[in-house]
Amino acid sequence: MEAFVQAAIIKGIGETLQMTFFGTLFSYVIGLPLGVILYLSAKGHLFENKTVNALVGTLVNICRSLPFLILLVLLIPFTRLVVGSSIGTKATIVPLTVGAIPIVARMVESSLNEVPSGIIEAAQSMGASPLFIIVNFILPEAVPSLLLGGAINIATVLGYSAMAGVIGGGGLGAIALQYGYYRYEKTVLWVTVALLIVMVMVIQEAGVRLSKRVRRS
Amino acid sequence: MADKIKVYELKNVTKVYRNEGREFTALKDINLDIYEGEIFGIIGMSGAGKSTLVRTLNRLEEVSDGTVSFFGEDIGKLGSKELRKVRQSISMIFQSFNLLNQKTVLDNVVLPLKIAGVPRSLRREKAVEMLKVVGLEEKKDSYPAQLSGGQKQRVAIARALAADPKVLLSDEATSALDPRITSEILDLLKEINKTRGLTVVIITHEMSVVEKICDRVAIIDDGVLAEVGKVSDIFTAPKSEAARRLILPGGEGNVVNPYKASGNGGRIVRIAFDGLSANEPFISNLVEDTGLKVNILSANTKSVGGIGYGQMIIELPKGADDQKVVLDYFGSKGLGITEVDE
Repeated sequence: MEAFVQAAIIKGIGETLQMTFFGTLFSYVIGLPLGVILYLSAKGHLFENKTVNALVGTLVNICRSLPFLILLVLLIPFTRLVVGSSIGTKATIVPLTVGAIPIVARMVESSLNEVPSGIIEAAQSMGASPLFIIVNFILPEAVPSLLLGGAINIATVLGYSAMAGVIGGGGLGAIALQYGYYRYEKTVLWVTVALLIVMVMVIQEAGVRLSKRVRRS
Repeated sequence: MADKIKVYELKNVTKVYRNEGREFTALKDINLDIYEGEIFGIIGMSGAGKSTLVRTLNRLEEVSDGTVSFFGEDIGKLGSKELRKVRQSISMIFQSFNLLNQKTVLDNVVLPLKIAGVPRSLRREKAVEMLKVVGLEEKKDSYPAQLSGGQKQRVAIARALAADPKVLLSDEATSALDPRITSEILDLLKEINKTRGLTVVIITHEMSVVEKICDRVAIIDDGVLAEVGKVSDIFTAPKSEAARRLILPGGEGNVVNPYKASGNGGRIVRIAFDGLSANEPFISNLVEDTGLKVNILSANTKSVGGIGYGQMIIELPKGADDQKVVLDYFGSKGLGITEVDE
């Protein structure tokens, strides 16, 4: 493998990590509250509201059913508006975030649903306000499950970031495509794929271990 | 009891569940008073509505009709903020403990204090004090998963007491525990009731729980208040079918009397005696005095609130005249007699 390809791969690892980190972070900034809204507005929960639940639920479902590649293309004008360009690492963070938001929202919702209803009933019987119940009862009890979901979400964003190479995103995905696929350099292709696999495995394992460590039940 | 302060006054409380056009009446026209400082039992078979009833006492369940007054105040009329304030003085313990698994024992007990707005510096102190009351001070840094069922319920009791409530509602709190631990938890509740003058409302399906610590009991059967009164009164002279079902040997849920008369004309009665006449060998005396024999089918004595109560199921001799002699004899001794239907 030529030296400049090796340098590109090392740079690519950095870019992939950067995209994954910010993509996940921003998707949680919006996805976590959305997940909480989905959970709270569901039937029998603290702020049961059919309209809100149906509205947010439908929106999330529509976004989730769009293939990520289509979303990438559809979002090009929006990305230009936000970042000023539609290619490169920074620009890729926008569709990554948008694509991951609905997944994060559903994952958060399902983690919160694991909290036994008896705990919420106990909180209500103590005279706790809904906000207090969310912050001091539901979220802390859901932490191990939220962490597990977090690992899955990071791995998903990582996979998506590789796909963004197709439309001019940076990172390992772009290298695999440009050097490995278009220039028929099989070694480059396999090295980048192997790196992506290792990264996913490390993230998943770290998430599982962290979740186990904080789980007290 | 007119001079006592009413903690709860329930008037015509009715609860109807509506689900997809179908209606289910869980509570029918319940009228009930609960007084300050007493341990009040609510007993019934599963599905009788007792859990629904206790949930109306802190408005976890809204009533469909009627009123629930807490110290004279209709809690159904409270706004959500006022309701939360009132709930801080009505604490509750549960069958499944409902402790937070991700928080230490101490942090669990701290929660109601945080809700009540107790300053941070005082919370820990108060929580440790509560853990001392339930005898689990040394477990304060453990997590609930590291505790036994009995210990978890003790933590739940400490948590329930932390914010100085006026009433403690116990919803089948001992049903998941073995008899020995149940007995320990009940002793603890009794002690708290005595030392703090805390009113306790206990929901249970076990007569033994009521016998052990309750002062008065309400029997709920199929959503209806079948009978209410002093435990000793209901135990010696149950008036309702539901009460007889719970008290008579043969067990809960067994409506059919398991004892059959051995021959034609035999009659079976249940005689109940209280602490005074329990010391008298009245069956021997009966035989000596009248020369008539009775067949003892079942007998048991129990300590109810510290006083011995007993009951026997006996088969009377044949012949209406002899039966009358025996019954009159028991009547003259002041024993409660109930006919047991076959």
